[in-house]
Amino acid sequence: MITESSNNQLEDMSNALPSSQWNHHNVLDLDNFSHTEITTVLSLADRMREILDRRIPRVPALRGYTIVNLFFEPSTRTRASFELAGKMLGADVISVSASTSSVQKGESLIDTVRTLRAMRADAIIIRHEMAGAPYLAASHTDASIINAGDGAHAHPTQALLDLYTMQRHVGDLKNKKVVMVGDIAHSRVARSDIWGLAKMGAHVVLCGPPTLLPRGLGIAERPEHAKNALPFVQIETDIDNALEDAHVVMALRLQSERQENGLLPSLREYAENYQVTSSRLVKAKSDYLLMHPGPKNEGIEIASDVARGDRSIIEEQVTNGVAVRMALLYLLSGRVEPAQIGERTIV
Amino acid sequence: MSTLAIHNGRVIDPALGWDGIADVVIVDGKIARVGPNEGDMVVEADRIDATGLIVSPGFIDLQTHLREPGFKHQETINSGTLAAARGGFTTVCAMPGTIPPMDSRSAVESVLREAEESALIRVLPIGCITVGRNGERLAPAGELKSSGVVALTDDGKAVADPNLMRHALQYSTQFNIPIAQHPEDPSLVKGGQMHEGWVATRLGLRGRPASGEATMVARDIALAELTGAHLHVCNISTASSVGLIRAAKERSVNITTSVTPHHLNLTHESVAFNDSYEQINYRTNAKVEPPLREEEDIQSLVDALADGVIDAIASDHSPVSAMEKDIEFDLATPGISSIETAFALSMNLVHQGHLDISTLIHRMTIGPVKAWNLDRQEGCNGLGTLMPGAVGDVAIIDPNLEWTVNSELFASLGKNTPLNGRVLKGLVMKTIFSGEIVNDSTKEQTNASE
Repeated sequence: MITESSNNQLEDMSNALPSSQWNHHNVLDLDNFSHTEITTVLSLADRMREILDRRIPRVPALRGYTIVNLFFEPSTRTRASFELAGKMLGADVISVSASTSSVQKGESLIDTVRTLRAMRADAIIIRHEMAGAPYLAASHTDASIINAGDGAHAHPTQALLDLYTMQRHVGDLKNKKVVMVGDIAHSRVARSDIWGLAKMGAHVVLCGPPTLLPRGLGIAERPEHAKNALPFVQIETDIDNALEDAHVVMALRLQSERQENGLLPSLREYAENYQVTSSRLVKAKSDYLLMHPGPKNEGIEIASDVARGDRSIIEEQVTNGVAVRMALLYLLSGRVEPAQIGERTIV
Repeated sequence: MSTLAIHNGRVIDPALGWDGIADVVIVDGKIARVGPNEGDMVVEADRIDATGLIVSPGFIDLQTHLREPGFKHQETINSGTLAAARGGFTTVCAMPGTIPPMDSRSAVESVLREAEESALIRVLPIGCITVGRNGERLAPAGELKSSGVVALTDDGKAVADPNLMRHALQYSTQFNIPIAQHPEDPSLVKGGQMHEGWVATRLGLRGRPASGEATMVARDIALAELTGAHLHVCNISTASSVGLIRAAKERSVNITTSVTPHHLNLTHESVAFNDSYEQINYRTNAKVEPPLREEEDIQSLVDALADGVIDAIASDHSPVSAMEKDIEFDLATPGISSIETAFALSMNLVHQGHLDISTLIHRMTIGPVKAWNLDRQEGCNGLGTLMPGAVGDVAIIDPNLEWTVNSELFASLGKNTPLNGRVLKGLVMKTIFSGEIVNDSTKEQTNASE
């Protein structure tokens, strides 16, 4: 049963964080998160993870808080993850599937967001096929906007769950080699991961065929004055070079339309050159971690035995995703003082 | 007989090589006399004191989207020409991407009739290269020419088919009319939202590569060479376009070109950042085609403007409604409402020492006139100059007045500019068209700072 009283369940926690901070009304990307803010989220995610592992993973911390999932693109895992995260904290959660065709019929994103706010939504979680849509929404409402993926731009909650999952296994990410393999050009996960990993001091390597690598990321391509570009990363087109001594290997989903659009000769050729396989992973650290943001195409970007192998933490990413989203929702609700995150539990 | 005397201004007429303090006397809509103290001889004249100001021929714009007919929510001939007058323009060439498009005599004549009714300044229509701007078959160039168009272009859509473009150029030679081309290859920039580079990568927006422009410009230069036709490359934006056009001009290809004030002054960073660089955003008011490029491109464009490889500054004024900009970036209509800031933004280059003022005025007056031979049009005698007998079109400019851009005060219906809040130095104080004052900023423009 759900416990209605929360205050009497407060406990003192000994591992207080000295300098937790939180200064966000929206979560649009990680580019404006400091190292400390990321640490704050990850620490709180740890508390949430404890709740998730309880027999009845439910607390009333967000009772009366209303969350709307506004998804303009089909999604199973991210949408379910947010929905469950909200419900486990006792919030009211509804999910709305909007289509961009309704936008073209004249119902604009702005209208929809304002309408939901008028119904007293506290947080609106937006997934949209177009980059920047959550920024547009955020500029027209005072509800908290969480970006659940916008075009090829950003997916900050995925990045936070990736950081959290990595950290649980390897601890401090500073100077750890994290290799992302695949379709970087079209990947919002890669972009947010680059921000997050750079802020945590990791060494980021991107690997893929040149047609799937975005412009302006490698140091050679970036003009000197481009101070506001994505953080520096290492670019590799040879997967064997990329995987050498990797602590973390992340395969990214390859969509078949890349072949149709002429960016690749064939999926088969892609798999031959870039599939993450056990024979290639010999180059990585022996205790490497294997990740994938899902949904995965086994046999294309990742071999089945690797995806299901003992170094794979793909399923744990999914569980941690719920914990991280619980943490973010709780922080955005303003019901916790960041300084107290380490000092007391949620319930 | 109506007489207007403009006293004691610094008269700059690059066509005639004039630069000095003088009076300009306009009688019955035509320039009558220019010279020191000429105004003193005139009795019974309206007088304007231009002491401390620059007196220039009225500006001529080769590319103005007046949007009428078809898009009156974006602009009308009346509002667009008022906006142009505010910017110091006395002649605008109206882009043909209207509904219906300017691909027939009846369409062109209807615009000319409406201009007769509601335009504050001279409107010279431009016709389409292809029927419906569909890039499939040639529009009737002869019919269009005889109805009064001054050039042919498919507006923001380049003619993609090289063979059709070859025929368009070849066919145009009998009418001696320029073929003006948007400089991007549709296939290379398909789906592109902004310049391909580090900003697009950061924003996750699909890019329009600079080479999408170079390939089209290079192709069209080759076709102009083949046919001997007059090719005009509209709003070039890249260093490589400059290089190609410079080389073509050196081997006497019949080619002219123009650039916008925004491509001369703003980079792709304007899409993501405001001046503080604190937080990215998706600034649809900086979405334009071709896109805003990089610092190196600007340097090259400015050099080419200074040395004459670029013939003219054209505003490419593209007003759109708030609804079409306050929307997802991918869905936002490209374009900048630019005609009211065109001169002031270009003055940046003068204040920074990259260009002298008479060169700037050249590129906004006689430059565009000569590029398209506009002074051969009916009623355009001496256009772009202040020679006696020329049309009485004058812009009176304060080159040093600072003002803050606030598009809510624009005469244009299009409030879409990335310059809002920016302080510009240089303002058109008065615009005179055929001897009549059509813009008086001392009365109308309340946003000039004291």
